[in-house]
Amino acid sequence: MNIIKTLDVKGLACPMPIVKTKKAIDTIASGEVLEVLVTDKGALNDFTAWAKAGGHNIVEQKEDAGVLSFFIEKA
Amino acid sequence: MEKKRTTIVLFSGDYDKAMAAYIIANGAAAYDHEVTIFHTFWGINALRKQEDIKAKKGFLEKMFGKMMPRGAEQLGLSKMQMMGIGPKMIKHVMNKHNALTLTQLINMAQEQDIKLVSCTMTMDLLGLQQDELIDGVHYAGVAAYLADAEDGNVNLFI
Repeated sequence: MNIIKTLDVKGLACPMPIVKTKKAIDTIASGEVLEVLVTDKGALNDFTAWAKAGGHNIVEQKEDAGVLSFFIEKA
Repeated sequence: MEKKRTTIVLFSGDYDKAMAAYIIANGAAAYDHEVTIFHTFWGINALRKQEDIKAKKGFLEKMFGKMMPRGAEQLGLSKMQMMGIGPKMIKHVMNKHNALTLTQLINMAQEQDIKLVSCTMTMDLLGLQQDELIDGVHYAGVAAYLADAEDGNVNLFI
């Protein structure tokens, strides 16, 4: 996995995690992977829907002590 | 690929409803939509500058200007206003949960190139002038709104 960048939005509330992720994904190239760390409870559904709408691929996701990590491969 | 479009009519001048409008707008911008928020009636007050702007006005316009909230942080809540205690409480809770204030949401919207439009007809009715609103606002009427809304994938009235 070509993780090029990690975005930490832990503690931030809706809509900030998605807004910041969008900004971050705009700075990487197609095929590169962005890692996002998030604690917002809605993130599971939000990130899945958001990635689908943009055609991005969530390569992997995991949860550790309330922190969700998404690995998003840019379309 | 043509971008999708979201339009929101913000009619309400309530802090909570304006927050909802701006959260959806910022989310839509992150969804790569072109977003327009059309402010009309009490919703225009969210765009007022906080400072008192001296403008040439008639008596009624001056009265309106004094009675309406001057800027986003002066707006009241749609529920639990409780003579001003409600907004203080909710801002305290928002701060605790790292939620953005309405002012921050408006700044974020401008940063994300969301088009903020103020209805010129209502501005005339309420006696509001362009100098009294924050910079970067567009001025237009129903036709301009419809031009955006007819291509809208999401159109909301709040």
